[in-house]
This record gives sequence, C-alpha cells and structure tokens, in this order.
Amino acid sequence: MRPMTPKEPQINPALVAEHGLKPDEYQRILKLIGREPTFTELGIFSSMWNEHCSYKSSRFHLRGLPTQAPWVIQGPGENAGVIDIGDGLACVFKMESHNHPSYIEPNQGAATGVGGILRDVFTMGARPIAALNALSFGDPAHAKTRHLVSGVVAGVGGYGNSFGVPTVGGQVRFHTRYDGNNLVNAMAVGLAQADKIFYAAASGVGMPIVYLGSKTGRDGIHGASMASAEFDEDSEGKRPTVQVGDPFAEKLLLEACLEIMEKGCVIAIQDMGAAGLTCSAVEMGAKGDLGVTLDLEKVPCREASMTPYEMMLSESQERMLMVLKPEKEAEAEAIFRKWGLDFAVVGHTTPDMRFIVRYHGTVMADLPIKELGDEAPLYERPFVETPKLSVLSPNDVKPPLPLDEVLLTLIGSPDLGSKRWVYEQYDHVIGGNTVQRPGGDAAVVRVQEGPKALALTVDVTPRYCEADPFEGGKQAVAEAWRNLTAVGARPLAITDNLNFGNPEKPEIMGQLVGCIRGIAEACKALDFPVVSGNVSLYNETNGRGILPTPSIGGVGVIDDFKTSATLAFKAEGESILLIGDTQGWIGQSLYLREICGREEGAPPPVDLAVEKRNGDFVRSLIASGAVSAVHDLSDGGLLIALAEMAMASSMGAALDPEKGDVQRHAFWFGEDQARYLVTVPAKSASSPQQILEAATAAGVPACRLGVTGGDVLMLPGERPVSVAKLREVFEGWLPAYMAGAA
Amino acid sequence: MKSAVLVFPGINRERDMARTLKLVSGVEPAMVWHADTELPKGTDLVVVPGGFSYGDYLRCGAIAARAPIMDAVRSFAAKGGLVLGVCNGFQILCESGLLPGVLMRNSQLRFICRDVYLRVERSDTPFTRGYNAGQVIRVPVAHGEGNYIADGETIARLEGEGRVMFRYAAPDGMIDPNWNHNGAMNAIAGIVNDAGNVLGMMPHPENHVDPAIGCTDGRGLFAGLAEHLAKAA
Repeated sequence: MRPMTPKEPQINPALVAEHGLKPDEYQRILKLIGREPTFTELGIFSSMWNEHCSYKSSRFHLRGLPTQAPWVIQGPGENAGVIDIGDGLACVFKMESHNHPSYIEPNQGAATGVGGILRDVFTMGARPIAALNALSFGDPAHAKTRHLVSGVVAGVGGYGNSFGVPTVGGQVRFHTRYDGNNLVNAMAVGLAQADKIFYAAASGVGMPIVYLGSKTGRDGIHGASMASAEFDEDSEGKRPTVQVGDPFAEKLLLEACLEIMEKGCVIAIQDMGAAGLTCSAVEMGAKGDLGVTLDLEKVPCREASMTPYEMMLSESQERMLMVLKPEKEAEAEAIFRKWGLDFAVVGHTTPDMRFIVRYHGTVMADLPIKELGDEAPLYERPFVETPKLSVLSPNDVKPPLPLDEVLLTLIGSPDLGSKRWVYEQYDHVIGGNTVQRPGGDAAVVRVQEGPKALALTVDVTPRYCEADPFEGGKQAVAEAWRNLTAVGARPLAITDNLNFGNPEKPEIMGQLVGCIRGIAEACKALDFPVVSGNVSLYNETNGRGILPTPSIGGVGVIDDFKTSATLAFKAEGESILLIGDTQGWIGQSLYLREICGREEGAPPPVDLAVEKRNGDFVRSLIASGAVSAVHDLSDGGLLIALAEMAMASSMGAALDPEKGDVQRHAFWFGEDQARYLVTVPAKSASSPQQILEAATAAGVPACRLGVTGGDVLMLPGERPVSVAKLREVFEGWLPAYMAGAA
Repeated sequence: MKSAVLVFPGINRERDMARTLKLVSGVEPAMVWHADTELPKGTDLVVVPGGFSYGDYLRCGAIAARAPIMDAVRSFAAKGGLVLGVCNGFQILCESGLLPGVLMRNSQLRFICRDVYLRVERSDTPFTRGYNAGQVIRVPVAHGEGNYIADGETIARLEGEGRVMFRYAAPDGMIDPNWNHNGAMNAIAGIVNDAGNVLGMMPHPENHVDPAIGCTDGRGLFAGLAEHLAKAA
C-alpha cells in the first residue's frame, strides 16, 4: 500500500524565520527558483545556507589564508586536509567544533563532536591514528562549570575510547567569558596511502547512490541551524536537536568503509555530518558536476512515518553516502552486511544538475544543485578593528610577592594546573604508537613501524586574541609551530577552528577578521599552510560573546622518533640555556591575571622572523643531539616552564640571577614569545659555550640560566621550592575541584 | 606458537595484540571472526583482546560471551588449551564462565588510562614464566570497568589455590590502596581458572613490548608463552 504523501505546512514569514533565514535570504531563494519553495525545500535551504554550513560571514575573509605548499595534497574544501609525509604516506586531519550541542547536552554533544571529526578523516580513506581536543569552560566558580567539564570529558573519552583511537593531546582552559558557552574543538588525525585518498565528487551518470551505516532517526534535526544562532535562557530546551552518538556503530562503519575502499568499490564518498543527507548528497553531486535524485522511501529509518522533511534534515550519526562502482555493489553490500550495517541504494546521479528529492514517486524538492552551495549568501559584514591597547610596563604592576609564592599560586591555577584528571579519562596508549603522551609540548605518535613519527598539538591563547586579534592570531599559529619544534618536528601544516561570537556585531566581526589576518601572516612567514578548518560563530549567550578563540591544530613530522625531544630534565649537572630574548612582557600575562587580578595591556607581540630563526636553531640543536631536554615557553613564562621541566623529571635546578635590567617578576613570569629552554648534557657534541656561540652566530639571543640537580628549584635570594611541593600543587587543583572541594 | 585472536564487533585492540604476538613470536596470528564456529586447526593459544565488544551496551562482555565462536573457545579450554583475555577479553571470559567473578565499574566511576605497577605473584605458569615471582612490572590500563569482585568463597579459593597472577601494587611491590586505581578486591589485576590454562587480566601488556614506547615490561608474558608453547610442540 502506498502511504499518503505527507501534507506539508504552508510557507509563511514566521516559518521562514524559524528556519533561521533572514527576509532578504528568503527573497534570494524566491529569485533563485522562481517560485515559492516547498516545506522540504525550505528545510534544505535552511540546512545549506546557515552559517555553520555556508560560512557566509567568514568565507570572504578565509580566502586570505595560505593553503598551498609542495607537501599539501588537499587543502580546505574536502572532508579533511591531506599532506604528504613521505614514504608514500599521507596525513589526513581536521579540527571541528561542537560547541552549542556540548553546552546543551555535554556528554552527547562532545561525543558526537569526536564522532563527526573521526568520520571526516576516515571518509577520505585514512585510518584515524590520533585525536586531540581543545576545551574551553566558564569560570570554575560558575554553577554549571563542573557539570559541563564532567560531561564533556566523559563524552570525548567515551566516544574515542570505544572507537579505539588514542586521544593524545589538547588544551583545557577556564574563563568566565565561556560561561554558558563552552567550546569543544575536536581534532582527528589519520594515515592513508598518498595515492589512495577518497573524495566527495561523484562521477558518471546513472550511478547508484548508496546509503551506509546507521539508520536515520529524528535526532539532530536543525542541529546546524541551532549552531548558527545565539543562546539564551531557553537554550536547554533545544536538547532534542542534539544527536546521540554510537561509537560502536562508528567503529563498524570505519572497518567496513576501509574494507570496501581497499577492495576498490568506491567512486565517491561523503559522510553525513551537519545537515545530514541534504548536505552530503548536494556536495557529491555539485562537486562532480552532476545532478542527484533521491528516493526517500528507501532510506533506512529508525522510526516509523518519518517525513521527507525530517529525513532530509536529520543529523543522526554514523552514516555515509557513497557512489559505488556498479560491478562492485554486491561485494560492498556483503562487507556491510558482515559488519551488521545498513546498506541501501537511495538514489542515482543524473546529467541535469538538479537536486530532486522524491518520496514514493512524488517530487518533494526540485532545486538547482550547484546553486544550493554556490549561491549561498556571502556577507562582507561590517567590522571595526579592535582598538590597540597600550603596552603595560612592569613598573605599572605591583611589586611581586616572594617568587616562591607566585610560582606555587600560578602552577596550581586552573589554566596552568595539571590536566591529568582529564587526559586519564582518554585512552592515549591504544595503537601502541604513542611515543610522547599528554603533558609535553606536543604529542608524538609513531607512523606504523617507524622510525617516522608525527608531532601533534592544539594551541591558542584567547586572552591575547581578545586584546589584539591580529597579534593573537599570529601567536596561536606561532605557538603551535613552537610546540612542534620543541619536540624536534618539522612543522608542516595546520587546521584552524575559529570560534567567535555574533558576526553581525561589527566588534566581533573585527575580532574574526583580525585573527584570520594574523593567522594568515604567521602561516605565510612560517611556511605552515592551512589545509582544513571550521568556523563556529554566534558563540554568545544573552548577548555576551566568548573570548575570540581560533584554535590551531598543528601537525609536524619527525624523521626518527628516537631523536624527538622531551621536556624532562635528564641528568644532574646539565647546563640550562634560555633561547630567545626576554624583555619581561607583563601585559595579558597569567601573572597579571592570576596574581594581580588584572587583564590588561597589549599582548606580547610575535616577531615571525625571530620566531623562525629561534625555532630553526632549536630544531637543529635537537637534530644534532646537542641538547637533552627541550621546552617551549608560553603561559606563565620562564619560571613556570622550568617548574614543568622539573616536575616531569623529579629533579630540581639551581638558577642564576636574572639577566639584564629586567625586573624580577617580569623576567621570571613575563610572556615574551619565541623562547625555549634547553639543557646540555655533559657528553653533548657541543659544550654550552659552543652552543651559545653558535646562537650568537645565528643571530639568536641565548644565555645560560642555571644548572640541573637536587630536588628543589633554587632561585637566588628566594626560598627554595621543592619539586615535590610543586607537583602536589600542580596535580591538586583539578581533582579537588571536580570532587567539589575547590 | 599458533595463536588465534578473536574479533568481535567493537573490539579495538585486536591490531595491537596481533602486532605484539607477531613481534614476540615471529608468527602472524590468525584473526578469528566472532561468527565463526571453529578455531583454525592447530591453534595453541586463543587471545581475547580488549575493546568494547558490541559497544559494551549491555554488561561488558555479556554479548560476546554468547557469540558463536565462544563454544569453540570453551571446548578448546576444556581440553587444556591456553586462553588469554585482556581487558574486555577478561570481562568476556568472566561472562562466559571460563573465569569466576565479575568486573564492576572502577571505584572512582571514571574511565582510567595510566601506567600501573603489577606485582607478579607466580613465575611457574605458562603465562608468567617470563617473570620472577615478586617482580614488579609497569603496564598501562585503559578501562572503565576493571574493579574485580567475587564472593568471599571464590576469593578465598583464588587466594588459597594461588590463582591470582597479578596484583596492583606500588612501584616497590607493596600492596597499597593508593596504587589500586579501580578498587579491585585484594588488588586483583589478573587471575587464572582452576586448571591454570585460562588467564584474564585488565592491564594491557601488549602495549608495553616495544622500546620505542619507552617500556618493555609486558613482553615477558608473550615471550614466556612463546617459550612454553615451543617446548610443548
């Protein structure tokens, strides 16, 4: 019996508004198709033209990012970026946000964020070998923060652990500006044969389009539209728009997809992510210059009597769309059945560039396929540049407490304290390739049997971006580059995940534009292109935006992982050298915020030429085996970095008096950029003196800072701080906070 | 050594396990699908690896314990064949009745991934002959449900018959609640059945076999098994 074609509601201005389409955008639709859209068509437009999918506010500016390098195989525009790492292998990676869902339903929101990004990577034919994430939470004192941390971490861990990918690194920060709008940025990294990358573009007319994976349910309808609007008190009522993750199904989908790719069954493949079936079908057709016709009655559904509208907008997870080679269809189906997954031919490609959606023969939508993507609104939104802040002199900052007290306060603060409570909930050893685990400058993951390895990091300093978007954008890229350098890697490329407030406000748009410009400038100077990324806007609750947070995921390569450097001191009596210039930059430092309670001044500027020179010098020291421990300097400055090296090794150090005429607190806690600490072993090929001379010859500022040994950090004229006490404070805050005690 | 690694949907450390078996014994193991009903001819070691079989959506290991291949594993074990279950594999062996007891949620109610120290209780078994009794080894754990529990009588039997092979311990080998991350009774990390041919353990020795990763303490288990089976052959 043929079911009745579902009766669709009449289109009216209220319905258009509910779909997140502005009146002028609706006019654009009318002009494009020359008639009033059907309800299903309206849903399709709302999926394709929301901020999340169309990048309508950011697209114009994203064009300024450098995306090319000889080692780039695929830049932005596909499911993930692809770079050549030699030996016939490619690294496939991307970072994506799942911010709004993770506030509404932290566990499932974060879990499906991880699931989505893993799918982006294996859709391209790569087996995921590592995951990372950057999490930003509100003020620890905010009533919901603990609940959000607990849920997000359980969600990230629950998905990745079950799927079976090691989660090897990331960032966790707290700031009141993320109250009510926490950020979950998930990054996945996969490995593929460089000549076996799979793309979304369909080819060939009359080819069957195959639906694979889990069934379609009513979850996640309007998820992408939700991510394109601000939040208010009622946002938690949007919980039904959050999808539910099934890592078990994803693991099966991974194995089944890789198997049919291996067997040569696949012509084109696209995962169903944001905006589900709509977005994936349109992309496959549009990229291949083909039309697509879907017959929705063939879509495997989880629930009875789902309407075409619901099927087109569902964001149910763990689903794929493919064009298979017709002669291989039976083989592919057998593989999917073996893994217990759904397999259904739901449509075919056509020569006429139309996107036609039918339900039991009735046409529910008939739209021009190219224009759905290409004609999406593009806004050059007005913006005002963030006013420059004046440089804060150390003289304007109150005299420091005794340094030992400052050190202990900072090392136990939410942003600098150990994140062990978080990363221990992530399986970071599965795969047997994790050479450097969480807690170092960058994670190091061996490639297959080695000796090659990938270095991976996620970085951004939002308070710098807020104070000066351009310098902050530069700094985020430079920091990622520096972290990769500090483990001895050659930085290759980045993925960027740009999290901002409402772009319709010129000040917010100014932050976005400034950060993108800064990122572009740093990427160019450091030969570190952007190969994939994601933009998340409207991160505002009740009109207050988050700190601008352009998370940068960096990937580098190490030819032999045995030469990679770690931050732990290795032996007593080794000279500690400081590479890079220390002016004592106190503006926007954690010292200023945590000790003085002030968030002021211009952030430290990044001189990219200096950054490159200093980093290249440190990398050469690591490669030649001249140094034993290496650590980059970032949040908290010099003394924090030393404390981290000491805690990693349970070994102290005796430090020399500060150099030059920099004030004591500014010297030890200033956040000048482009700096590293290295130690020189007794048996090094080069003596400390020779290294200092080589630095001078290379135009790199460097000085001796002290010597390793003992079980305390000895500062001239200060009370010694025991490494055991440091560790106790460092490890103490987060577990106590989560237990409700801090 | 002719080992067979069972593959249930949702298992995810089968590749780590196969790689380790190959590394230590030089022989590629057979990967055996859950829906199969027979083990490959000549199998002398069955390994049930870690992961989330069937998503662990019911009690961990409960569905896998009822998979078709498990009948073959039960009859293999009944004839004295060696069976090793790690993590989810341990849970599956408990659920299938090959080992007593159950793995409950970690006492802190969170998944935990970290290196732990294990005291090897005996060295006179095929599984532990690569170690000395009392030796402390460092291996990673990665589980949410590793808290071993059994009734008093079972625990008394396990202890009385010397069937506890590994215990969570401090680095110096002392049994200390602070070093028992999941709250297991008697700090039990691994046990054998009454015939001594089936071992279940929560930690992952297969992830600590390669100097590249910084620790090879897990290698002794596989090297010992390979040696035992070579002698038996």
